[in-house]
Amino acid sequence: MQKPPALQITNLSKHFGGAVALDGVSLSVSRGEVHGLLGQNGSGKSTLIKILSGFLAPQPGAKLVLYGREIPLPLTPGQFRELGMAFVHQHLGLIPSLSVTENICLSDFATQNRWRIDWRGESQRIRRILTDYELAIDPTAKIQDLPQVDRCLVAIVRAMEEVRSAQEAHGGEGILVLDEPTPFLPRIGVEKLFNLVRQLVKKDASVIFVSHDVDEIMEITDRATVLRDGRVAGVIETDRTSPEDFIELIIGKRVTAYQATHRKKSTDRSAVIVNDLSGATCRNVSFDLSGGEVLGLTGLIGSGFDEIPSLIYGARTALDGMLSIDGKETRLREMNPEKAIGLGMAFLPADRIGASGAGTLPITDNMTLPSMANFARRLGLDRLGMRQWAQVTGGAHDVRPNNPDLNLENLSGGNQQKVLLAKWLELKPRLLLLDEPTQGVDVGARQQVFAAIDKAAREGASIVCASTDAEQLAQICDRVIVFAQGRPVTELTGERLTKEEIVFQCYSAQSVDQTALVE
Amino acid sequence: MDAHNNDPIAQYEARLAELESKVLRLQEERSKSAPTPAVPKKFFERYAIIGIWILLIALFAFIDSSIYGSSRFFSWTNFSTIFGTQGVLIVLTLGLLLPLTAGDFDLSIAANMTLSSLVVAILISLGSPTLVAVVLGLLVGAAIGAANAFFIVFFRIHSLIVTLGMATFVIGIAKWISGSRTISIFGANPTLIGWVNQTRLFEVSMSFWYALILCAIIWYFLEYTTPGRRLLFVGRAREVARLAGIRVASVRALALICSGAIAAIAGVLAVGLNGSADPSSRIGLLLPAFAAAFLGATSIVPGRFNPVGSLIGVLLLATGISGLQIFGIPNFVQDLFYGGGLILAVAASQLVRRRQPMEFGS
Repeated sequence: MQKPPALQITNLSKHFGGAVALDGVSLSVSRGEVHGLLGQNGSGKSTLIKILSGFLAPQPGAKLVLYGREIPLPLTPGQFRELGMAFVHQHLGLIPSLSVTENICLSDFATQNRWRIDWRGESQRIRRILTDYELAIDPTAKIQDLPQVDRCLVAIVRAMEEVRSAQEAHGGEGILVLDEPTPFLPRIGVEKLFNLVRQLVKKDASVIFVSHDVDEIMEITDRATVLRDGRVAGVIETDRTSPEDFIELIIGKRVTAYQATHRKKSTDRSAVIVNDLSGATCRNVSFDLSGGEVLGLTGLIGSGFDEIPSLIYGARTALDGMLSIDGKETRLREMNPEKAIGLGMAFLPADRIGASGAGTLPITDNMTLPSMANFARRLGLDRLGMRQWAQVTGGAHDVRPNNPDLNLENLSGGNQQKVLLAKWLELKPRLLLLDEPTQGVDVGARQQVFAAIDKAAREGASIVCASTDAEQLAQICDRVIVFAQGRPVTELTGERLTKEEIVFQCYSAQSVDQTALVE
Repeated sequence: MDAHNNDPIAQYEARLAELESKVLRLQEERSKSAPTPAVPKKFFERYAIIGIWILLIALFAFIDSSIYGSSRFFSWTNFSTIFGTQGVLIVLTLGLLLPLTAGDFDLSIAANMTLSSLVVAILISLGSPTLVAVVLGLLVGAAIGAANAFFIVFFRIHSLIVTLGMATFVIGIAKWISGSRTISIFGANPTLIGWVNQTRLFEVSMSFWYALILCAIIWYFLEYTTPGRRLLFVGRAREVARLAGIRVASVRALALICSGAIAAIAGVLAVGLNGSADPSSRIGLLLPAFAAAFLGATSIVPGRFNPVGSLIGVLLLATGISGLQIFGIPNFVQDLFYGGGLILAVAASQLVRRRQPMEFGS
């Protein structure tokens, strides 16, 4: 007789108010199987994971069966441990300044009172476990001294050990959920991680592998469930499916193009030239822009596109590269925000309260920060003038409520962004750098932010917008460069500049051979 | 969006977008009503400290006249003494404001003042002209501030640790150069005493008026100059300041150097007021300075370290102590007042901030 599957969910739904995040989803994972879970942002992937980990309660009617035993839903937070499940998220939850041994023992120490810890015994135990998984990691090394790959492996081993100790009571070998563990790993690291996963399933454990990356899913999983629009778009046997079919399944049928805005722009692409830019992830990136052009940069998480605005601005130090604005050349290694502003740049980081604006200071102060010198009079700053100017500028950008005395943190996300965009646009920048400009911005405000960007472009500014929001890029950009593994791989313009094409290119870009890269 | 009515993705996204905008709208509505409290409440919050001060004076005056039948407390003699003796503490507190605004602590400020006052006293007693001694004293103060800045900004050590160590180190130097004795300037050259204590305006020692002038200067600097506003941004949101092109490291360093120099001014005033300097009696002013700075931050410009609030903070604490001492309550009341004042002041400001965790410097 066949053993029941490790995990079986049926009829799982989750509504948020009127919106349906999950609609009658089922998922079945066999013992000793690596099961992929794929889908776009918003497809319901993370909602499903959150229900499994007990953060969210599903709608009534769902059924969860683990190793043939029905478990009543909703789960309480942390209950997954007793049930023999473990989660490894992108933020691995390790303490960098402690050793591998201490980190692996952490969960024991958190739940048990022990008055005599046998450190030597623990250390030997951990060494045995690591050897067991064929890992060459020193148990006494501090996490912060390990490469990213090894940290990830330690987190997985720890999760596995947790499962194991809980499972002894239940039978079955445990279910490990890896929630996008790979974006920040180099290729060789992914290889190591896969080896460990194979070790785990050899011991009859089951692994749910959540990822964006089609190639990786193809390589490691036995079967995969694809979610789209809160429903199961398909369950596939990985061996028998081509990458193209996979991508088709993820993004669904193609829909009509959005209309990108059309601006008259000069064809002279020499207003801004970036040459050979390298940073933490991106390598030898070059592109150029004309005045009045909006260039989008995108890719999957970890592809390196998102660090480019901060590297150009000098917010983070670039390893190498040259920037030329209107023929004026600067080495990017020596760039800093002060120089960047002097060259006519402006930068709007994604972290709105924290990097972009000071939440505990009023709108007036936030808005006038870069242009404060304009208000210096012989007798000191014209505070009244600053306030009035903030009021007028706030009105022009439709900040609501338009009260310059309010602290920035008391505005909604969209209005905060209007204030912060206004503070830079009033300087009439030559090059405006945006990082996820509409994250957490409501639909109405989003259109106003787009309009402000469009207006700046019409007035001749060159604009670089890094974003994962394909719809937004299709709407505001003249050109979009898609990144994979730190390099630009595709450039989309004109008719090809649609939301669907951008998403399609993001997913398939990972499969492109390194030699075929766009220079 | 009409074009994709039949597409499930578009429909789903439209639904999500609708929901998102609804949530954001609700948030906005809430924020619209929340941060604009009724005017009286705001007014009360700003000027409560002055009200408390006046109440305290009235209470002591009442007890003094009705129970003891005297007017020792509510007399200009008493108040001119309070004002005159608090000039030094006011200056010290003002010095503290600059690094606090920039997000750094300076725990070495009282020790700095002690050493500077000794340098001035020793130089004068050795026969150097008063002006030369004063300038050298200020340079010593600024140098200690620069040393703090070097370790805090260059090595990126938390200011609490650097200035804690610096405080003890500086006291060590003070004991060494003075031989742990009190250095008097009466015999050598009493010019400084003339400048600070013998010249009086409305019977109040000049040290108080000097402190008021410095208070006005600092208030003007923080409110009406670009470096002052930059200092505020550096303290509130360092990353924002950096990305706005502000040289965060220099701003922090300058704040610490200025605080050192202002501590030295306090030291000079102390020498002028007492006619002498010693390596131990002024160290205790560190806590009152912090108490006054934090007490001041609850009023006038609530939530911000501000010079006028600090000035009133110093006077409020001094009035309370003076009143209790007049009624013969022993000296330990000072410790209760200053220590308790610091904690209660911060607790009060935390209530205003709805008990969000405090972040301080790095």
